[in-house]
Amino acid sequence: MSPILEVDGLTMRFGGLTAVDGLSFSVAEGVIHGLIGPNGAGKTTTFNAISGFYRPSGGEIRLRGQVISGQPMHEVARRGLVRTFQHSTLFAELTVLENAVVGTHMVHRPNLLAAVTGSDRAARAEARERARAALDFFGLAGQENERAGDLAHGHQRALGMAVAYAAGPQIVLLDEPFTGMNPEETRAMMVLMEKLRDSGVTILIVEHDMHAIMGLCERITCMSFGKLLAEGAPREIREHPDVIEAYLGGTHHAA
Amino acid sequence: MLRAVIGIALAAALVALPHGLSFSQQEILVFLTINVLLVASYRLLTLTGEWSLGHVVIMGVGAYASALFTKQLGLFVPLSMLLGALTAAAVAWALSFPLFRMKGFYFLIGSFAAGEIIRLLWKRFRDPFGGPKGLKGIDPMPDFSIGFYDFDFFEPVSYYYFAGTVVAVCLWIMWRIEHSPVGLTFHAVHWQDKLAQASGIDVRAYRTRAFVIASGFAGLAGALLAHYIGTINPNSFDVEVMVFVLTWAIVGGTATFYGPILGCVMLTVLNEIVLRELGFEQMRPLIYGAVMILSILFLPKGLESVVERLVGPRRARA
Ligand SMILES: Nc1ncnc2c1ncn2[C@@H]1O[C@H](COP(=O)(O)OP(=O)(O)O)[C@@H](O)[C@H]1O
Ligand SMILES: [Mg+2]
Repeated sequence: MSPILEVDGLTMRFGGLTAVDGLSFSVAEGVIHGLIGPNGAGKTTTFNAISGFYRPSGGEIRLRGQVISGQPMHEVARRGLVRTFQHSTLFAELTVLENAVVGTHMVHRPNLLAAVTGSDRAARAEARERARAALDFFGLAGQENERAGDLAHGHQRALGMAVAYAAGPQIVLLDEPFTGMNPEETRAMMVLMEKLRDSGVTILIVEHDMHAIMGLCERITCMSFGKLLAEGAPREIREHPDVIEAYLGGTHHAA
Repeated sequence: MLRAVIGIALAAALVALPHGLSFSQQEILVFLTINVLLVASYRLLTLTGEWSLGHVVIMGVGAYASALFTKQLGLFVPLSMLLGALTAAAVAWALSFPLFRMKGFYFLIGSFAAGEIIRLLWKRFRDPFGGPKGLKGIDPMPDFSIGFYDFDFFEPVSYYYFAGTVVAVCLWIMWRIEHSPVGLTFHAVHWQDKLAQASGIDVRAYRTRAFVIASGFAGLAGALLAHYIGTINPNSFDVEVMVFVLTWAIVGGTATFYGPILGCVMLTVLNEIVLRELGFEQMRPLIYGAVMILSILFLPKGLESVVERLVGPRRARA
């Protein structure tokens, strides 16, 4: 299958520090693809560069063959690539439902004139329906009217994914989605991700829960010090000497 | 049902209100009505999280433009008021290009500087702005009749009804905007611009949108003012007035639609009824400053938080 996302020689420098150094990998359509590496390897930076939050210092990123590097984040999102954030990043002051409705922004573009005349009633109802469906999918149906900032940590992570899902993406980038979840919630979330993948959404995931990564991913890219270390199926990665070395050599903490 | 009853009662009270007031109090009521529009438009601007110090100058742009449209082109006053509002919106749109490269504190300072530049242009160019003396003899609203009521704009009561109707319509439009998906997007941009962007929202476009719409309404408030008092100058729109607007918004609170309006009404009542009667009028800036500091210390969420506690929480957007 042709790749949906290609990262080609991506380099990201902050002053003298090269956080990502000529990284290349590609993600096949319709898979769950893992991106792993020790703490500080440059995974979040890679996500930030792919999603347009940073402008890469070098290299090229292509979505379905079209260059997206250098585009601002909302443009990249409009082309079907939506990301979540490592730390729970939500509209904390808004309700859970309102959060998900914001997620539908690209599907139901708000219109100023229609908003004043009230001729956007149908669109508003559809947006709410879509938002509710996303909440339902991530098991948040009962909490629509709660303030997002008041949710338990695990539920906040789920809401972050629901907001991304409500946008109707072709590919989502999830940065450590299982942080703050207990093992049971993690297992439930893994099932949802497989469901999401089966519905046709490609997933690129950064996660330090190795058990979850090995269980979920069809393919894994491992990076260290900003560079590609190894790539392959979970079994190959688990047994790859360089990967073992990277994880055992520096810190024991795998992130 | 209850809301309809309250609405009708409020409207009736607002119609009856000027008849219990003296002539000078009626004049103050007109200014209050215009200021309600100004402060409500200011809140719309702050929805996306940016606070401007140029809003009163933008109001002045509407005032000057509307006055000049009647003076120089002889346009019908209500039409020039609308064009004045559009001019203010257009100027805000042009300013948005440099200003929205900045955020937070820098935006605040940038908006102040932009406003001062506009005021300098008014002072510098005698033609057409009249220089430091400003514009005089601005055409008043022409009198007209709607059958059961004759608008005679020599009377403040008539202008109050006219301005009140315009302001009510504007408030209704702003309320509709805020409680729409567009308003929700404004809030989203305010609370988490990163996540908003990741959801495909063009954050800068929405900041610009809020700024331009709010400026249009401020410009209309300026036009209403210009054709009422008949004379405007650069100092009518100086930073002191801006401080009043900030005080109304902060004292009232900006979390709700009515908060800043409440602040404006309460402080005007305090100022005009209490201070003026007591002869403290000259100390207005001082007292406003004190009220602002006291409210930040003791009522950080504004007067609206008191109301919210009494009425109980309600919320609905989108
Ligand atoms: N905005 C930034 N400015 C400077 N250095 C940064 C920035 N973002 C990340 N870094 C640095 O880049 C390296 C990679 O960080 P990161 O991508 O967060 O790693 P990971 O997500 O793999 O743990 C780290 O050394 C980090 O300190
Ligand atoms: Mg990280």
